[in-house]
Amino acid sequence: MFGYEFYVDPSRCIGCQSCMKACEECETHRGKSMINFDFIDRRETIGTAAYVCWHCDDPTCAEVCPADAIKKGEDGVVHSSLKPRCIACWNCVLACPFGIPKKVPEYEQMMKCDMCYDRTSAGKRPMCATVCPSQALAYVRPEEIASRREKPSNTFYFGEQRVTTKVFMMVPPEQNSVSIDVMDYMWEGEDEPVSPAERGTPMAG
Amino acid sequence: MAKPPASLRELTSRFGPHLNYTPAGGWREESTHPYHLVKTHCCFCGQQCGIQLKVEEENQRVIGFEPWEEFPFNRGMLCPKGVKRYLQSEHPDRLLDPLMRAEQGFRRATWEEALDFTAARLRELQEKYGKDAVAVYGGASLTTEKTYLVGKFARVALGTRHVDYNGRLCMVSAGHAYKPAFGVDRSLIPWEDIPKAQVLLIVGANIGDCAPITTDYVWRCRDNGGKLIVVDPRLTPIARNADLFLPVRPGTDLALLMAMLHVVLRDGLENRDFIAEHTTGFEAVAESVKAWDPRRAAEMTGVPPENIEKAARWFAKAERAIALHARGIEHHSKGVENCTAVINLCLATGQIGREGTGCSMITGQGNGQGGREQGQKCDQLPGQRQIDDPKARRHVASVWGIGEDEIPGKGLTAEEIMEAIHRGEIKGLLSICFNPIVSLPDANFTREALEKLEFFGVIDFFLSETAQFADVVLAGSLHEEEEGLSCSAEGRVIHIQKAVNPPANARADCSILCDLARRMGKEKYFPFISMREILDEMREASRGGVADYYGITYEKVDRQLGVFWPCPTPDHPGTPRLIEGGKSFHPDGKCRFRVTEWRPSGDPLDENFPILLTTGRVVSQYLSGAQTRRIGELTEQYPNPRVEVHPRLADQHGIREGDWVTVTTRRSAVTLQAMVVKTIRPDTIFIPYHWPFDRSVNRLTHRTLDPQSKIPEFKVSACRLQKAERPPEWWVEREAESNGKKPVEGRKRG
Repeated sequence: MFGYEFYVDPSRCIGCQSCMKACEECETHRGKSMINFDFIDRRETIGTAAYVCWHCDDPTCAEVCPADAIKKGEDGVVHSSLKPRCIACWNCVLACPFGIPKKVPEYEQMMKCDMCYDRTSAGKRPMCATVCPSQALAYVRPEEIASRREKPSNTFYFGEQRVTTKVFMMVPPEQNSVSIDVMDYMWEGEDEPVSPAERGTPMAG
Repeated sequence: MAKPPASLRELTSRFGPHLNYTPAGGWREESTHPYHLVKTHCCFCGQQCGIQLKVEEENQRVIGFEPWEEFPFNRGMLCPKGVKRYLQSEHPDRLLDPLMRAEQGFRRATWEEALDFTAARLRELQEKYGKDAVAVYGGASLTTEKTYLVGKFARVALGTRHVDYNGRLCMVSAGHAYKPAFGVDRSLIPWEDIPKAQVLLIVGANIGDCAPITTDYVWRCRDNGGKLIVVDPRLTPIARNADLFLPVRPGTDLALLMAMLHVVLRDGLENRDFIAEHTTGFEAVAESVKAWDPRRAAEMTGVPPENIEKAARWFAKAERAIALHARGIEHHSKGVENCTAVINLCLATGQIGREGTGCSMITGQGNGQGGREQGQKCDQLPGQRQIDDPKARRHVASVWGIGEDEIPGKGLTAEEIMEAIHRGEIKGLLSICFNPIVSLPDANFTREALEKLEFFGVIDFFLSETAQFADVVLAGSLHEEEEGLSCSAEGRVIHIQKAVNPPANARADCSILCDLARRMGKEKYFPFISMREILDEMREASRGGVADYYGITYEKVDRQLGVFWPCPTPDHPGTPRLIEGGKSFHPDGKCRFRVTEWRPSGDPLDENFPILLTTGRVVSQYLSGAQTRRIGELTEQYPNPRVEVHPRLADQHGIREGDWVTVTTRRSAVTLQAMVVKTIRPDTIFIPYHWPFDRSVNRLTHRTLDPQSKIPEFKVSACRLQKAERPPEWWVEREAESNGKKPVEGRKRG
């Protein structure tokens, strides 16, 4: 929208949680953050990761919804479940390969990042990406992101499932997709079935 | 006797800290509540990020924020403190009236009564014990105009030489290194230079937690192919991406830095032209680092010798290199030496005075830069003028309209003032914007000193833990309630806008000081009605000084989105980069090498205290926490201080994640929860310092000061570690209060 795209780069994240704090401020969330934030393993590393919804081209959450409560807008933004339709079955929460949707039992609704469509549709940047001090979450023009060390990719492999998304993950320059299966990085001899992912080095922690 | 007049529990239940979670009026739809935006800055930390405060039209109160993307320093970016800063407005703990000590706790008073009493007590003490029996504490979170007024108030209204500020606990070691070297105490670089460096040496600066916005500058440097060297005893968020990480043993930075210079000179990597043209004192420094070969430094620092060599070579061989440092090397009894060693390295390699080169302290406090240059520092008059310089005294005396001899001489520094109070030499204290019971070292000593005061007056907007000891608390103003200038870490003077009025009977800080001055019979020196009048006098007072603000006005700052000082004339654009072309502020234009000498920490390890304790900050809290411990989400992000312990050290003591551990030093003991992490050296533990009393790591730290800067050695104490048998009392009490739920600091607001 307006020539901007959303990019996520956990290698830049400093764990400050500013994104969560800013997300809470939205008048529609009223103190609830829609950011997915993790300390990877605090004993072993200072590494942290903050994610927004990846806004899949074919959203698994919507595909598994028995009540047809999850809609994708023309702008590619996948929304929280529609309150009148949602039956709080949490299929979406279980099915999303990225683990994004959140149960909100008190509203009997699934809520998730909607990329601040109220802001982005008016030419503003999403709140989290605007405030992020390390720009691990960035909402910028493609030509700006091109000057970074890491390069954008929006193709993910979860085993056999190939998912393409509106939001980009920053990956090492020689890599075009992200695979989370170790098998995809292994070599098992010449007879090995062709891996769905292009074989490469996983991202550095 | 200035003991708190009620129990801690009673004081806390009335004055907080309570936790504020929601905007005034609750979460509401914007469209139903018209508001306007005020372009101003964050009050938490020296980054001074641009931010827009949302002010509700109907009730004229702050109800939220909006990023300010046009402001060039942070371009809309904010850390969690910035996002939640608006919640200090309309806070339930806010002091709305002056308070006076009563039999039980505090009672509300009228301004007339509170100011009369304050002035009378200060006068009595000075008549009885002399002018210098009264001291003034200022703070580096005040606007620059206020700090100017604090200095003038102390010296002209009270006539005491003892005025100093909490910046004494921040970047003074850097100041005392930069001023002799360059004739100026300021970052040499605008931050836009950082991404242009090919090598970035970050020593003793936890940028991710303490200067979060600077992270983006560091990452952009790496995007441009820059190499990152990080020197820190902890693997901090920026160290995670370092090309070279040097996990230095606390207190040994100087050995590392001298060894780096040793390698540079041994391998002939120095910049001879730069040294010859632009510096003095090189030979003596070259001689002094001869003994510091990397092998010797490795034994002291615990960093591999080959990595010290590599760091030195990268830095010297780069076409453009920048060195950034902060409290990690400044909070030492050799803090000035540490900073001087960084400067020596930059001078010897000629990494100074060009785009993408230079060195800088990362000032930590909100107005840490502006707060130290216009006259509340005990050794300086406005404009960074030295107080013992006759020419400086003449100039300032003429601006103030007093005799040169009427300006008192150099006074004691912040910690020395507390020690003089403890000795009984200083009997009265007026404090604004300072919470020494949390922020000074050896908190039990600080407490004893405060209890000895015959009069203690505080100007503040919340009842800080220190204000609990006061006889009078004058309800002052928040950052968003008075206009003024501030100066950011990079030396950019910015404009703090007034967004709202102080609530109820709270008053603007400046009017409180002017009213007190009137009661001291000095009204003719404090005729100020508006902040603009104070600024105009301050511009004159700074004119011709090092930190020359003469050409700076509110309008110019708004127009240029900040003005870098010095700015000597109205048509001068300001000076983003200092020492351009190698020319210093000294009369001869040369930069000065200065010899650094190794000496051990003031709290040495021995068999009873075999572990190093170091302290610092977390990203969600600011300084003593007087403001940020009242904001719900910031407090929940890191509710209580924890002890970072490496698994190896933890195993030696049978400590597991979450265990209660007692940390004991030669001063005191504190029991906190352990956080077992591989991101810290196994000979060192870390505890953040934002909490008071029985959660205060400053009960453990010691009062050894750097002989030049008088900064306390917060970064190195000797301690021992034991697994505690049971949780400490403060935890048990909190748990009981919260009925077994996760204890948090106070109550949720409605």
